[in-house]
Amino acid sequence: MLKTFAKGGIHPPENKFSADKKVERLPIPKKVSVPVSQHIGAPSKVIVKKGDIVKTGQLIAEQSGFVSANIHSPVSGKVFKIDLVTDTSGYRHQAIIINVEGDEWDEKIDRSEDLKRDFDFSSEQIIKKIQQAGIVGLGGATFPSHIKLMPPKDTKAEILIINGVECEPYLTSDHRLMLEKGEEILVGIQILMKALRVEKASIGIENNKQDAIYNLKKLVKNYKNIDIVSLKVQYPQGGEKQLIKAITGREVSSGALPIVVGAVVHNVGTAYAVYEAVQKNKALIERVVTITGKSVTKPGNYLVRFGTPIKDLIDAAGGLPEDTGKIIGGGPMMGKALNTTDIPIAKGTSGILILPKEESKRREVKPCIRCAKCIEVCPMGLEPYLLMTLAEKAMHERSEKEDVMDCIECGSCSYTCPSDRPLLDYIRLGKTQVGAMRRAKSMK
Amino acid sequence: MLKLIVSLSPHQLGKNSVEKLMYGVIIALIPMLIASVWFYGWGAIVVSLTAVISAIVFEFLISKYILKIGNTIGDGSAALTGLLLAFNLPSNLPIWLIIIGVFVAIVIGKMSFGGLGNNPFNPALVGRVFLLISWPVQMTSWPIPSPASEKFLGYTDVVTGSTLLGQMSEAMRNGESMKVFSDRIPNYFEILTGSVGGSIGEIAGFVLIAGFVYMLARKVITWHIPISILSTVFIFSGILWLVNPEKFIIPFFHLFSGGMLFSAIFMATDYVTSPMSKKGQIVFGVGIGILTIVIRIWGAFPEGVSFAILLMNATVPIINMYMKPKRFGETIKEK
Ligand code: SF4
Ligand code: SF4
Repeated sequence: MLKTFAKGGIHPPENKFSADKKVERLPIPKKVSVPVSQHIGAPSKVIVKKGDIVKTGQLIAEQSGFVSANIHSPVSGKVFKIDLVTDTSGYRHQAIIINVEGDEWDEKIDRSEDLKRDFDFSSEQIIKKIQQAGIVGLGGATFPSHIKLMPPKDTKAEILIINGVECEPYLTSDHRLMLEKGEEILVGIQILMKALRVEKASIGIENNKQDAIYNLKKLVKNYKNIDIVSLKVQYPQGGEKQLIKAITGREVSSGALPIVVGAVVHNVGTAYAVYEAVQKNKALIERVVTITGKSVTKPGNYLVRFGTPIKDLIDAAGGLPEDTGKIIGGGPMMGKALNTTDIPIAKGTSGILILPKEESKRREVKPCIRCAKCIEVCPMGLEPYLLMTLAEKAMHERSEKEDVMDCIECGSCSYTCPSDRPLLDYIRLGKTQVGAMRRAKSMK
Repeated sequence: MLKLIVSLSPHQLGKNSVEKLMYGVIIALIPMLIASVWFYGWGAIVVSLTAVISAIVFEFLISKYILKIGNTIGDGSAALTGLLLAFNLPSNLPIWLIIIGVFVAIVIGKMSFGGLGNNPFNPALVGRVFLLISWPVQMTSWPIPSPASEKFLGYTDVVTGSTLLGQMSEAMRNGESMKVFSDRIPNYFEILTGSVGGSIGEIAGFVLIAGFVYMLARKVITWHIPISILSTVFIFSGILWLVNPEKFIIPFFHLFSGGMLFSAIFMATDYVTSPMSKKGQIVFGVGIGILTIVIRIWGAFPEGVSFAILLMNATVPIINMYMKPKRFGETIKEK
């Protein structure tokens, strides 16, 4: 029996069209817009000004608070201006706009492709390097990675879990990385293990990526204490709590962090970025992005500098299809619909998915037939039908009692409902209201 | 400029639909219909068609002209209610009675609460119980089945008799030993293959079980309600039988007689009127099982399962309130 998480879950069609497409470099655009909020937490503080000359990999915005991250220039050139730009959140945020001139890198960065296995840094040095490189969770959560490497005093990390699940349909960037940069990822994992002072790491990969599992299993023989765990294909296996459950059998309780069960989870993409930061002094300035969709002529995976407009990526994939209805940053289950093709690619952009018109329309909402299918699929053991009703009736206190805040917004409930009820829309509303209520209470 | 649609995730929806689920149940019932035509002749078809058509007509009129919620017959739930009611009726019931039953089921049992999803009681059972109380004679004179291989029956040309449960009630009242009674009724193979009298849906247990397996495979329903009802019936009547085999009949009799299988599989599993969580569904099933045996043995009606389901329907809101699904991480959550 393959491992998986305990309850709920769905099996959406995988549609991984770009799984066999090698990662290619997307040409650097003429101009990039680098948003200062590419992570969860406080926006970074801009430290360059109009007219400054910057090099690729040079720090251009600083971490500004405990939960925040550095941002480096993804290109070389001249700062054109600091302005508001619509980013993947759909809102306008401050961004540094740079006119590209050549591609001149910061001297400290080792640009060779050679694999560098050995390292001799202390835990503190590693964490410092990761923090300086501006690394955030590349699975899409974009939580600053260095914070996750500093467990609170009264807890102890026992196992590092690496998320190679990529349970979102369509997306293949992590898959490609595991195939093409397997060894770099393993070195990255060793660095992370050292930083956390743990003796054990497991990479969880869903069973539909046999080639990646095979590749890593072959490579891992030279590395100590790293386990490759193949998991059953089941969405949302990549949810942090679900993955911990699948691999360790332990459940992280409501509101708690994974560290309470001794686990720390990082994404494979993050492990690769850690390798580059520690071994090559390379800050996080680019990532692998999948461009895909049923009507996209050339779905693929590209290494893209941050700040590149998604338009360029779409052009590389054969242009925007005629029947485009929606452009999504991320996967179909948890991604965000974008309203223009000018939006810059950022640290959290794992993929761009183009959905045809007929798949973009919402279906007609019917009354709840109380079939309990939403309960069956909820990985958190919630009652989505009830949470929706409570949100509709603005009964937020009751929502809180019904554990609405535990919802991980995986969308399994809306996906499954035979009456096409927009369960998650209302649950989000409930969460926002309960969150506001809690803040108001703590102010008093 | 291209107009992009912006909406919240998820951006992809599954293939479930109300129609698919309702037609899933209807498909599971079709073999039953064929089996009942085999045993009861044209009557089974006449009753079923009358019920289905009148259910659709009533639902259409009410949803369109009174509730004004648009035409809802397409979702298949009205047709299903009609069919389920038909399966709870004798195959020689007069047409006007069927129409009254359907009226009560659809108009009072379902639409008066606001239509699909809002009714607290299983509409088909509301219709059936109404008929049973108002026209007990017509509702309890069952045609004696006669396999088509012997004689294909017309709608009216039937000999009526009482059901096994009716016979048991009578035997109990007369103080007859259940051991003796067991010997004079057909054996269980005959019961399961359908040669005993009863409602349309009480025929051919094997076909019913096949329908159950089909619905499980298509994920139309889960096993929780039917299995908890049937095991409760078996255990409860088994205990009684062990205590006094003279007075109480062996548990198999209860499982395979009357509408037990049909009701456990098709009536109690109605989405709208059964609990939401798995735990709740099991409590619901256990309740139905106990009530059924209590009514069958000590109650005034020989068949208790319809009443048991309706009674348990009334407890569903309370069950939903207290029987929550197990939350993720609950085991270590301190309260
Ligand atoms: S899945 Fe939809 S129809 Fe079924 S209980 Fe949940 S909300 Fe109601
Ligand atoms: S309620 Fe939240 S966690 Fe549960 S299925 Fe819906 S979106 Fe996922």
